[in-house]
Amino acid sequence: MHELALAQALVEQVDAVISRHSATQASLIRVRIGPLAGVVPELLATAFPLAAAGSRMEHAQLEFAHAPIRVRCQACGAETEALMNRLLCGACGDWHTQVISGDELLLESVELINDTPLDSPRSAHPYV
Amino acid sequence: MCDTCGCNLTPGNQHLAFRPVAKGATAVSVLKGLLAKNDDQAAHNREHFDRRGILAINLMSSPGSGKTALLEATLTALKNEFTCAVIEGDLETENDAERIRALGVTAHQIVTGTACHLDAHLVHDALHHMNLDGVDVLFIENVGNLVCPASFDLGQHLNVTLLSVTEGDDKPAKYPVMFRAADAMLLTKTDLLAVLDDFDPDQAEAHLRNLANPAPVLRLSARKNLGMDAWLAWLREQLAAQRARVAIGQSRRPAIQSDGQTFHSASA
Repeated sequence: MHELALAQALVEQVDAVISRHSATQASLIRVRIGPLAGVVPELLATAFPLAAAGSRMEHAQLEFAHAPIRVRCQACGAETEALMNRLLCGACGDWHTQVISGDELLLESVELINDTPLDSPRSAHPYV
Repeated sequence: MCDTCGCNLTPGNQHLAFRPVAKGATAVSVLKGLLAKNDDQAAHNREHFDRRGILAINLMSSPGSGKTALLEATLTALKNEFTCAVIEGDLETENDAERIRALGVTAHQIVTGTACHLDAHLVHDALHHMNLDGVDVLFIENVGNLVCPASFDLGQHLNVTLLSVTEGDDKPAKYPVMFRAADAMLLTKTDLLAVLDDFDPDQAEAHLRNLANPAPVLRLSARKNLGMDAWLAWLREQLAAQRARVAIGQSRRPAIQSDGQTFHSASA
């Protein structure tokens, strides 16, 4: 159950992006989590609103990008899809493979909103 | 990994950076590891170890698979050879650190409360409570858990994952994230194999290979002093390798590379 810690890390990072681009809030947060990252997207989605409460992204939508597990075979060079606990080459069956996707844990992109109305309470009390 | 100069944009991922967005909104590509803050702290810890020439090893396993017993036997065997220190991670009690201190070895206990894993910040705080002068090897005994500890870099150079023979030999297949991260897998309590009929060490090794992990598999019993020589030899080898790296200003991360590097190699 380390997804709450992860949600807090996500909020911190998105907040830094909002500040860096002088935006007022984030409307969409897109993350890429591979099955081999050891993170359950559903649990992260549950933890996110708790971590984001009161922040500049509390109304943001959290979107997960699909990240299939793919391996590159060091024996035959083929790139194939693989199962989480069977990272063998789909072409020749060798176990000397390298995971080339499926273990990502990335904040991929953020959509920011800049045009806050002047009377917005947010602009009077910016979250730092 | 860099989010300012654009070097994290590659032909493989640049389409993500320019996706159309709703009016009034701007899409910003970040492509940064979610655990960047932990990873930065871990890198800082690793630099700290490298500056002092220390080899840091993260021990992970289920609760009760013999991490502390392995440490007791290892520290006793290496007593006159190296100076070791230990960081213990548990949800509660100082018991494990006391067992280590009873051997005359420096130990700091991290009590995590409810947290199921150690992170780089907890380890950093622990380092401030320890005297690392002259230490050759630092063992970090993670919280007994086959899930969460695998996701957090602590700044260690190597991951050692224990699997006791009283567990199932298919644990690597059930917990692939953990076992994929192992730089060495130790099958512990092998003295009990004689009375167990359902644990096949060869099967356990085959399950590890299915994760494309070439890590050595060492079979041992810390209590009965079986197979300890191969483990101690591996440790000596790793310390020599660490000293060689430090001499030329290099370091080493555990088996799994960071997300950023994975992402780069994927599109290379």
